[in-house]
Amino acid sequence: MLLKYFGKFQYLSIAALMLIANPIKADWFALNMTRGITDISNEVFELHMLIFWICVAIGVVVFAVMFYSMYAHTKKKNPVAATFHENTKIEIAWTIIPFLILIAMAIPASKTLVKIYDDEAGDVNIQVTGYQWKWQYNYLEDDISFFANLSTDADEIYNLVPKGENYLQEVDEMVLIPVGKKVRFLITANDVIHSWWMPDFAIKQDAIPGFVNTAWTKVDVPGIYRGKCTELCGKNHGFMPIVVKAVEQNEYDQWVSEKKDMAMKLAELTTKEWTTQELVDRGEDVYALNCVACHQTNGEGIQGIFPGLAGSDIALNDKEKHIEILMEGVQGAAMNSFSYLSEVELAAVITYTRQAWGNAENGDGEIVIPKDIVDYKQPKI
Amino acid sequence: MSAVIENHHDDHHHGPAKGLTRWLYTTNHKDIGTLYLWFSFAMFLIGGAMAMVIRAELFQPGMQIVEPEFYNQMITLHGLIMIFGGVMPAFVGLANWLVPMMIGAPDMALPRMNNLSFWILPFAFFILLSSLFMEGGAPNFGWTFYAPLSTTYAPPSVTFFIFSVHIMGASSIMGAINVVVTIMNMRAPGVGLMKMPLFVWSWLITAYLLIAVMPVLAGAVTMMLMDIHFGTSFFNAAGGGDPVLFQHIFWFFGHPEVYIMILPAFGIVSHIIETFSRKQLFGYSSMVWAMLSIAILSFVVWAHHMFTVGLPLAAELFFMWATMLIAVPTGVKVFNWIATMFRGSITFETPMLFACAFVVLFTFGGFSGLMLAITPADFQYHDTYFVVAHFHYVLVPGAIFSIMAAVYYWIPKWCGNMYDERLGKLHFWLSFIGVNVTFFPQHFIGLAGMPRRYPDYALQFADWNMVSTVGAFLFGVSQLLFLFIVVKTVMGGKKATDQVWEGATGLEWTVASPAPYHTFTTPPKID
Repeated sequence: MLLKYFGKFQYLSIAALMLIANPIKADWFALNMTRGITDISNEVFELHMLIFWICVAIGVVVFAVMFYSMYAHTKKKNPVAATFHENTKIEIAWTIIPFLILIAMAIPASKTLVKIYDDEAGDVNIQVTGYQWKWQYNYLEDDISFFANLSTDADEIYNLVPKGENYLQEVDEMVLIPVGKKVRFLITANDVIHSWWMPDFAIKQDAIPGFVNTAWTKVDVPGIYRGKCTELCGKNHGFMPIVVKAVEQNEYDQWVSEKKDMAMKLAELTTKEWTTQELVDRGEDVYALNCVACHQTNGEGIQGIFPGLAGSDIALNDKEKHIEILMEGVQGAAMNSFSYLSEVELAAVITYTRQAWGNAENGDGEIVIPKDIVDYKQPKI
Repeated sequence: MSAVIENHHDDHHHGPAKGLTRWLYTTNHKDIGTLYLWFSFAMFLIGGAMAMVIRAELFQPGMQIVEPEFYNQMITLHGLIMIFGGVMPAFVGLANWLVPMMIGAPDMALPRMNNLSFWILPFAFFILLSSLFMEGGAPNFGWTFYAPLSTTYAPPSVTFFIFSVHIMGASSIMGAINVVVTIMNMRAPGVGLMKMPLFVWSWLITAYLLIAVMPVLAGAVTMMLMDIHFGTSFFNAAGGGDPVLFQHIFWFFGHPEVYIMILPAFGIVSHIIETFSRKQLFGYSSMVWAMLSIAILSFVVWAHHMFTVGLPLAAELFFMWATMLIAVPTGVKVFNWIATMFRGSITFETPMLFACAFVVLFTFGGFSGLMLAITPADFQYHDTYFVVAHFHYVLVPGAIFSIMAAVYYWIPKWCGNMYDERLGKLHFWLSFIGVNVTFFPQHFIGLAGMPRRYPDYALQFADWNMVSTVGAFLFGVSQLLFLFIVVKTVMGGKKATDQVWEGATGLEWTVASPAPYHTFTTPPKID
């Protein structure tokens, strides 16, 4: 009997060993909160440890008494139970003492909270907007704006290739902040509620459509810091990480001027003559970043939730409506306005969806150029 | 005169009706209690199977078994089914069986409503579960269904979800009214309020909480329905609405709701510890006052679930302090249980094992709850696995262990047979180990930074997730043993005495085992 079970367990334990021996970064010691790298995050960590040890101390005393009775006051050792069933003095004591301990915890906690709620303006102000399922960053002083998407390959997620070191914690564009400056984040959302969490700064603020929440940090140590979305926001909730890179002021200034140059070049593209192929190529990339999560790579959507684009009447024959949907979104549905994309990106992605999956052959095959979007944006008379 | 009455008496048959209609038409509190208990057990297994899907997917990083869409449906249904289908109906079932017997009443005060409140429940859960097969899938927005993810961005099945929640709410409100009316009007002469068994007290308080907050939940889902189908904008920022309003309404329901799921457990555990310590419960009146304070405080702490939504400083401070206060009455209860055991004459039958595990592990959940109350630290804990570990510690080895303890403790009274003590202890130890292996590592995963409701995770969380999954399957499989033990006990076994347990006190132990179909048709004499 025992042998039979042992046999089964042996098989299981070999499987378990193989899994554990897997060369992916084993981390049995990822047990506690990160201390983080800012003054606030250190204070929060100290607070966490303080409460933790207070709880441990209370637990040791309380359970010691309990385990002692379980050991010493069994029926065998103590056949006749005592008869006491109240004691006013001790009951008052164990009401008052916990109350005092709580006050001792509340004082440092309240102090730290007041510090976190400091609302002085920052040296650098970044608006953070949550989208399904990516983050947009707007640098308010410098007029820089970009999206950060997960850059982990789908093949890694579906176990077709080995996972990289920063699996699910890497993005295509990092948020740069200068060290030693007070950075204020103005956090909001475009569709559903998200939450912007950066453990190393001890910042977690919900990103709520129609609200702007703020949080601030001052980072003194250059480095790359990784965080995550922490409010369920739909199917790719687990796939919209946050990566912040803190750099020296001069590196930051250089990055700002590069980003500004790039924005200028992008604006020039609006007036360029575009061929269908150029638009389709560019549109495919835009589609992969913005549309594929719902409408799928094959353009068929997900039945019952996200409509397909392949063979859709609008994508085949109604260019005006097509532009309108991307610019305005669809009332009451998950399809939001994408008017925050550039004219070039919008024209490219519309053209791509009108050309791909046989749509060009089945419909009018009309393309959309950036100027069409510029025209759409003109005030209507 | 008396002869006439006797005659009339003889015309009635006093056993249950035969066949299926017995269960459909029954107005007998014991039958309805049994229905509730079996129903909740079925839901516990379905919700548990969903938990197995969740844990299997999280066994290793990467997507292996399900897609993120389906994963989100699983976490949503797991939560809803365990709360509204598992824990709550189990407590209502226990109330049905025990409250009338404990206060010396012949039945619940409103027996037909009792039948109705049970029989609408299967329909509610049929509707909820059928959404799995609808176009677009089941609700996928978490059991907390925050707008606008649950309104504008929800799958079409959300309307069925709303209907189902309405039915569950109606059932709970009816059940709660029945409990209040029974306790207030049908106590045998001599059973004063401060002489009621603690389980009765705990349910009286729970019932008031239910009556207070279930309509609030109904209001929240009705507003969602209006937003989805009738063009209102309660929670839609683009139409001038307020998504945070949803969370205030939801948690005004939700926080009392978590005490609805733990107060009856306090009652049960008090009885069991008293019986197996063979010593009168320490501090009866402070136990009652502690439960009342916990219930009242539960209405002024809801925003501690919302520390990160951007509340003003004054609100954060108020809700932090108010939440910390709850530790005082909760501490009093734990101290009282331990003082009851102290210098008692203790034996460890299965119900006592579960009750002792309850005291220790519920206290663990209380500690992590206190940590979560500290707002600045909560910024790091919020919506991570630390929270998952916390509420599973208070719900699984808390609420669910108390229900299992109650089943072992009272089942000899219900069916007249003793359960198999050896198997009962085996079930306890497997569950105890399973629960801790599952949920203790989740503290680590959460503190190290893994958010909840993630179908996939970064590599540093891999090891403890794997351990947690192994524990979950151990716990899950152990519950099939529980099913086996219960069925075996119902079918036969050593006959139970009327008192069943040496140290048991209370009116339910004065009637025969199994309890006759009708008990206390004339009120018992109480000294």
